[in-house]
Amino acid sequence: MSATLTGYAYLIAGVCFIMALRGLSSPESARQGNMYGIIGMAIAVITTLLNPDVVGYEGIIIGVLVGGSIGTVVARKIQMTALPQLVAAFHSLVGMAAVFVAAAAFYSPDAYGIGTVGNIATASLIEMSLGVVIGAITFSGSVVAFAKLQGLVSGNPLVFPGQHKLNALLGLAIVTAVVALIFDQTTDMFWLLAGLSFLIGFLIIMPIGGADMPVVVSMLNSYSGWAACGIGFTLSNVALIVTGALVGSSGAILSYIMCVGMNRSIFNVLLGGFGGEVAGPAAGGGGDDRPVKSGSADDAAFLMKNANKVIVVPGYGMAVAQAQHALREMADKLKEEGVEVAYAVHPVAGRMPGHMNVLLAEANVPYDEVFELEEINHEFATADVAFVIGANDVTNPAAKTDPTSAIYGMPILDVEKAGTTLFIKRSMATGYAGVHNELFFRDKTMMLFSDAKKMTEQIVVALG
Amino acid sequence: MEHATLSDSAAALADKMRELADQVGALANQAAQEAAVQASMPMAEAAGGDTFLSLFTAFILACFIGFYVVWSVTPALHSPLMAVTNAISSVIIVGGLIAASQAGAEDFPKLMGILAVTLASVNIFGGFIVTQRMLGMFKKKKK
Repeated sequence: MSATLTGYAYLIAGVCFIMALRGLSSPESARQGNMYGIIGMAIAVITTLLNPDVVGYEGIIIGVLVGGSIGTVVARKIQMTALPQLVAAFHSLVGMAAVFVAAAAFYSPDAYGIGTVGNIATASLIEMSLGVVIGAITFSGSVVAFAKLQGLVSGNPLVFPGQHKLNALLGLAIVTAVVALIFDQTTDMFWLLAGLSFLIGFLIIMPIGGADMPVVVSMLNSYSGWAACGIGFTLSNVALIVTGALVGSSGAILSYIMCVGMNRSIFNVLLGGFGGEVAGPAAGGGGDDRPVKSGSADDAAFLMKNANKVIVVPGYGMAVAQAQHALREMADKLKEEGVEVAYAVHPVAGRMPGHMNVLLAEANVPYDEVFELEEINHEFATADVAFVIGANDVTNPAAKTDPTSAIYGMPILDVEKAGTTLFIKRSMATGYAGVHNELFFRDKTMMLFSDAKKMTEQIVVALG
Repeated sequence: MEHATLSDSAAALADKMRELADQVGALANQAAQEAAVQASMPMAEAAGGDTFLSLFTAFILACFIGFYVVWSVTPALHSPLMAVTNAISSVIIVGGLIAASQAGAEDFPKLMGILAVTLASVNIFGGFIVTQRMLGMFKKKKK
């Protein structure tokens, strides 16, 4: 294939990737969009394989077979509740692949047409360094995020004195290493650079609490894109650059949306330690002795059966308890009784952007019954029952009324405006922000103390 | 209303980008041919001037496209968005393919290439399949 044709083919692949993202503007066009993505990938891979420089195929075949089967099996088996971990794990692979490609280019630059060993073009070295640094940070950061989401390490933030100074020093060391690499192209310097970047990626994510993972996962998504970009410049490959830029901006926008959903700046999240305030009050927990009204599944069933409109507010607790299927059964029963059921999803509910929507879709909840915060918030006033399952902070009116609260300014779902608010919770413990929810003590609130799945199943039985 | 105009402008932008990208592609080819000539010389000047500019142009334009296209993604599909961006960023496999195929080359870069191909393959297959699985779940109300 001539260089001209190759260039056009990569360009087409890039356009296909744009179409893949464009498809996601609605669920109907999304599947077609995914097809575009697959076609784009096929074009990019085949074009590269037709490149005259590509001569031996056995290594490639082994890699694709091994990697492809692992990916296929994992993607087919994975539980939808474990999606955030899976995505974090996938990010780490992109990051590591970027480091490997950069290493290959560094050790054999002639294969990529960027110079000879020890005499690589400066521009290429800078681009390559960017790829290595961002790739390595993506890798180790995602590994930490994965471990936190999977519960392999504590979700609590790891904070120690001098942390930010250490990170700043490491940052300086990385810049120095890049400069040193440009002047003195030794393999030692290359690996030192990679090592420092691995270390800083680890240190950046460790202090961030489990509940801030939606931001972290989005941010690492963005990083994996920029890493691909860096490598794209090194290889002068348009498809890689376009894709990297798309992914980079996508992750950045998602991080932004998540931060707005929590009313926190990205710096506040990144500096970490937010969950740290949690551990104290949460462990001391429930220091509030005021009476709460608690009810049984029968009470809840009675209330909802006689309602005209019920709005369900799902949260991470629903995902943990795997209660989404029982929830949909409950909604079906209610609909048979002529009750209108809708779902209200807060932007930061769950552990990754859009997590709740996927879980509800998995349980066969039609997507046109699921609404975003802005779409549905005014409807709580006309709802008879707000059914809060596994959510807490996103309903806390302190976000509006108490300027001293850790969650002050965060947009919330106005469940307090509904006729009755039902909360399924295992205990009176605070949410991740460590803030007490005033709503629990209100007259219009009924607490249903149980596991989300068990309680919902009991309500289904009670509904008959 | 706002969504409609936003997605319209995004579509218009995408069209414009395609035109521009065609031009960029032509430029890139020109540059690539020059680069090929230069690469035959021992000095490492291949990735200089014009190539960088045309690549950088593509990069900046793609950032803008990404910005508009991603804002038009419905929040309900943010999880599939992450999964699919993950899959497509594994196009980094093309870098691995080149190193993995080098016959006469030293073993180490080849090993790096094969590892990169393997990791990226996990992501490509896994990412697209899990996206497809998720999207398959989104159904409309049965009337």
